[in-house]
Amino acid sequence: MIRVVLPYHLRNLARVEGEVELEVARPVTVRAILDALEARHPVLRGTIRDHGTLKRRPFIRFFACKEDWSLESPDTELPGEVVSGNEPFLIVGAMAGG
Amino acid sequence: MSKIRVLVGTKKGAFILTADGTRQNWEVSGPHFAGWEMYHLKGSPADPNRIYASQTSGWFGQVIQRSDDGGKTWNPPGTKPEDLMGPGGMPNGKSNQFTYEGEVGTHKFYDGSQHPWEFKRIWHIEPSLTDPDTAYAGAEDAAIFKTTDGGKTWKELPGLRSAKGHLWQPGAGGMGLHTIILDPKDANRIYIAISAAGAFRTDDGGKTWKPINRGLKSKYELPDPDAEVGHCVHRIAMHPSRPGVLFMQKHWNVLRTDNAGDQWTDVGGNLPSDFGFPIDVHFHEPETIYVVPIKNDSEHFPPEGKLRVYRSRTGGNQWEPLTKGLPQQDCYVNVLRDAMAVDQLDPCGIYFGTTGGQVYGSANGGDTWNAIVRDLPAVLSVEVQTLK
Repeated sequence: MIRVVLPYHLRNLARVEGEVELEVARPVTVRAILDALEARHPVLRGTIRDHGTLKRRPFIRFFACKEDWSLESPDTELPGEVVSGNEPFLIVGAMAGG
Repeated sequence: MSKIRVLVGTKKGAFILTADGTRQNWEVSGPHFAGWEMYHLKGSPADPNRIYASQTSGWFGQVIQRSDDGGKTWNPPGTKPEDLMGPGGMPNGKSNQFTYEGEVGTHKFYDGSQHPWEFKRIWHIEPSLTDPDTAYAGAEDAAIFKTTDGGKTWKELPGLRSAKGHLWQPGAGGMGLHTIILDPKDANRIYIAISAAGAFRTDDGGKTWKPINRGLKSKYELPDPDAEVGHCVHRIAMHPSRPGVLFMQKHWNVLRTDNAGDQWTDVGGNLPSDFGFPIDVHFHEPETIYVVPIKNDSEHFPPEGKLRVYRSRTGGNQWEPLTKGLPQQDCYVNVLRDAMAVDQLDPCGIYFGTTGGQVYGSANGGDTWNAIVRDLPAVLSVEVQTLK
């Protein structure tokens, strides 16, 4: 089971508390996690990555095992600790003004 | 007894202000969608319990919200369990998707180059006058979208961008389609306005559009001050009894047209400044209009630090300041283009919100004003529902 941590506003939007747990087929990648997350919570479509292009929105960052995965290919397999569920996959609203 | 519901969009959430017909005692609910920019909320004239809202964020993009119970509860359209599944069992989740039709194309950019259209947010939602499930949405970068399923899906009316879209350019606040006016006597006629492209009209339900900017002058703003497109129109208003008469607050200049936009005439008259953002029309007096003059294009606050609404009872040219109850010293707020509205009671109520977070209301056509609330986040939009 993959554990996903959403930023505050997206937890509110998706009406979830705490982490989201997802079944994700291997290989577990950023793309596979986001596909599963948006399938479970369609309201999140367009909020993390753009409709159509599926590019990460500019002020969204991805972290796994304390490493920034934002600039990695979305098809790179994530660390085993995330795949096993020992570590969560973090979706973060980047620090920026406003 | 009638009831008034004021829908307020702010930089950090939405608020709903309600009062009975006396408009003396107000209840405030909110913040709804706390922390999000709420560009605009508007109720359906066909079903006042149906309210659409544009929720946006620099981080998380565009979300459309809908209430079917007058603002008590909200859902992004199409995400209720009964709406979730589309063909093949996959969730729909299309209510946030605003995709430009066909070839995206380019518009003029700040540096004069051509720049591809990029969707950023919805500035304004205009529900149909007759069908609660139909609404129009004005986007940045400028385009108009339409839903006929209560906001679950949106489709662009691409003919608008064919009206010399390559010559449109962003204003300082972006290239937003901020005004949508539906003609109550002709379902095929719609007026829209864009900063900074100008005003446009369709007479065939949105298939084709034409610029309606003749008479607008933008000296020092455009290479050709009489250009067909490119003018920074800030707001247009119409009285429902006279859909061919429109009033405009432009970047500079207050104007009117008596022939559905084919020709505009300056009616700024004795205003202390004809720069401003909102303009609106009294519900019972089609020749009574309201503006809030702002000092100039570089200093977006009231002249002399005095917050004054100006009223013309003659359709322009002769204006009187309305000051009772409004701050007359040290006031440096702005009133944005979508932040003024009128109710339908008699006497007519006028409401406006400021960038300082105040929402002022007048229950007597503007003669006197009271602050309904004083300390909201910066107000982006104000709409009013008169509930029978």
